[in-house]
Amino acid sequence: MTAQGIYLDNNATTRVDPEVLAEMLPLFTEQFGNPSSMHGFGAAVGGKIEWARKQVQALLGAAHDSEIVFTSGGTESDNTAILSVLEAYPKKKSIVTSVVEHPAVLALCDYLEKKRGYTVHRIGVDNRGNLDLDAYKAALSPDVAIVSIMWANNETGTIFPIEELAQLAKAVGAVFHTDAVQAVGKIPMTLANSAVDMLSLSGHKLHAPKGIGALYVKRGLRFRPMLRGGHQERSRRAGTENAPGIVGLGAAAQLALLHMTDENTRVKALRDKLEQAILAAVPNCFVTGNPANRLPNTCNVAFEYIEGEAILLLLNEAGIAASSGSACTSGSLEPSHVMRAMGVPYTAAHGATRFSLSRETTEEEIDRVIAVVPGIIAKLRSLSPYWSQAGAPKEFAPVYS
Amino acid sequence: MWNYTDKVKEHFFNPKNAGALDEANAVGEVGSITCGDALKLMMKVNPDSQVIEDAKFQTFGCGSAIASSSALTEMIIGKTVDEALAVTNRDIAEYLGGLPPEKMHCSVMGAEALRAAIANFKGEEWVDDHEEGELVCKCFGIDAAMIERAVTVNSLTTLEEVTHYTKAGGSCQTCHEKIEEVLEAVLAKTGALAPPKPHAPGTVGLDAIKPLAPKAEAAPAKLTNVQRMQKIMVAIEELRPQIQRDGGDVELVDIDGKDIYVRLTGACSGCSQSAGTMMGVQAKLVEALGEFVRVKPASLLPVGA
Repeated sequence: MTAQGIYLDNNATTRVDPEVLAEMLPLFTEQFGNPSSMHGFGAAVGGKIEWARKQVQALLGAAHDSEIVFTSGGTESDNTAILSVLEAYPKKKSIVTSVVEHPAVLALCDYLEKKRGYTVHRIGVDNRGNLDLDAYKAALSPDVAIVSIMWANNETGTIFPIEELAQLAKAVGAVFHTDAVQAVGKIPMTLANSAVDMLSLSGHKLHAPKGIGALYVKRGLRFRPMLRGGHQERSRRAGTENAPGIVGLGAAAQLALLHMTDENTRVKALRDKLEQAILAAVPNCFVTGNPANRLPNTCNVAFEYIEGEAILLLLNEAGIAASSGSACTSGSLEPSHVMRAMGVPYTAAHGATRFSLSRETTEEEIDRVIAVVPGIIAKLRSLSPYWSQAGAPKEFAPVYS
Repeated sequence: MWNYTDKVKEHFFNPKNAGALDEANAVGEVGSITCGDALKLMMKVNPDSQVIEDAKFQTFGCGSAIASSSALTEMIIGKTVDEALAVTNRDIAEYLGGLPPEKMHCSVMGAEALRAAIANFKGEEWVDDHEEGELVCKCFGIDAAMIERAVTVNSLTTLEEVTHYTKAGGSCQTCHEKIEEVLEAVLAKTGALAPPKPHAPGTVGLDAIKPLAPKAEAAPAKLTNVQRMQKIMVAIEELRPQIQRDGGDVELVDIDGKDIYVRLTGACSGCSQSAGTMMGVQAKLVEALGEFVRVKPASLLPVGA
């Protein structure tokens, strides 16, 4: 437990690992050269960047280190991937994606549909968050330029069958891209033997700093850069390299590989303990997404008849940081598109609360959360018009606006 | 994280008058479950004096919804029904020391529950005429539903018109793309891409939406640094021919807030009239910028600047 409290919002962002920071610090002051420069200052940094590239290659199980392009983060990687493919295959006018993607993909697809005349197929999910494979197969055609489907969902942690999806896409000649921002570092990957063509990852989800990410581009794939300028990253991403960030991402990738087993055993066990304790202690709540097939660190529980932001504010008072799919936390008036896509009723969708752990989470912290959550839920339910004193939901039919 | 006032936090963490009121004779239930809000307001009104003797609430909603409900009960207890009717959603927001624009609908819900409860007490039917959509303009708190209404009722066709009628997009301009989307959607629906009907600004029919005088609203906007610099440069360029006729010249050297440094060259340097020329430059700049500035010779520039 840190001085600031218990941090269970690691799908939003993670703490930079002190070892990562230690690797980065010399890049600010001592090894500050521009890797493109023809002198020793630059060469030292260039070497570090290539070291970092190899670490990311190892984490992804990629065949070549040159398949890794460093970017500013997940959003840039997603945008680069999709726009690159559309430019490289100008005659193809369809895109396939899912309804539960991150806005980095969804908002871009909306834009391409509205302003550039593309046809976007958004594949739905069932009430467990599993992709509708029949609809997916039906949407694939030779007109599809790119399929972009996330590896694991950020809100529920539900994992999609990426390899199967990628092979189906290849069969119709489409490029397959996956937003793996939540999956990298938590799910072992061997992209060398995979049909995945492009993959986005973000540093700050795996204990590297914010502002650094990478795009995996399989060797031989047609590529068109989004940022044009200098020859950096083999002209695939112009702009002087974010050397400290890149080295930080390299160090974080190395650590992630090292902790992969821990993430899938100890962290997973802590997540399960938290979830089971909450389900046992709190009536009228349920797990969203697919509990049988999801990230080891993510637990999303929908508490019925209360609202997520209120839960978060009270959790925050207790020193616990979590996240919610409620409308009010985002400033929009609708609850999360992921909850709606799964058909979670509004009364529960607003109370959907996400606890996302990391390798830094301790059992003591989980015990503390287990002790606090039932009281918070009970307090808010005592204020709710949907909840009667007896403890069961009651009839309440307000005039809806 | 929302920037809630201490007052909002106080009413959220320790809500006043929460719970059921068994002897209530005025109950208002309003809400919008899709927005994550629902409020049940219960009041005990003295039938003779019409005074609200007690009030309690139950709320399904976020922090500011609960705080708005709590504040509402505090505001109306002790008031007569008619006095309470004067309470608006703005009053609730002000009582709480303000709400973020995205959260103003929480105070609206409070005001509506109050009206619903009073209608219930009087045995009247209360009809909700409030609707809301996605918040589009955060600066002025204008949602999509309001823009849609303004566009439909007034046959608006351009972004500029929407701004004049609703204020939406009149400040930071980041929502212009969204306004255009709403506009396009409405125009596509009504098929009103035909020439717009002329409308009289006085006959809008929506009390909340008043057309703004197009110029008056735009002018007082603060200049950005770049705009200000450009104005100064243009003003100086306009002065130059006049000074050049006397064999001199003027150039802009630096701008430091209210201090504008210029250099007089040619015949001006050492000329006994140069002080008067400086005054003339200053007058021109004050006029161009609409603010007071001091024009100084470049020789007075702080060392190291």
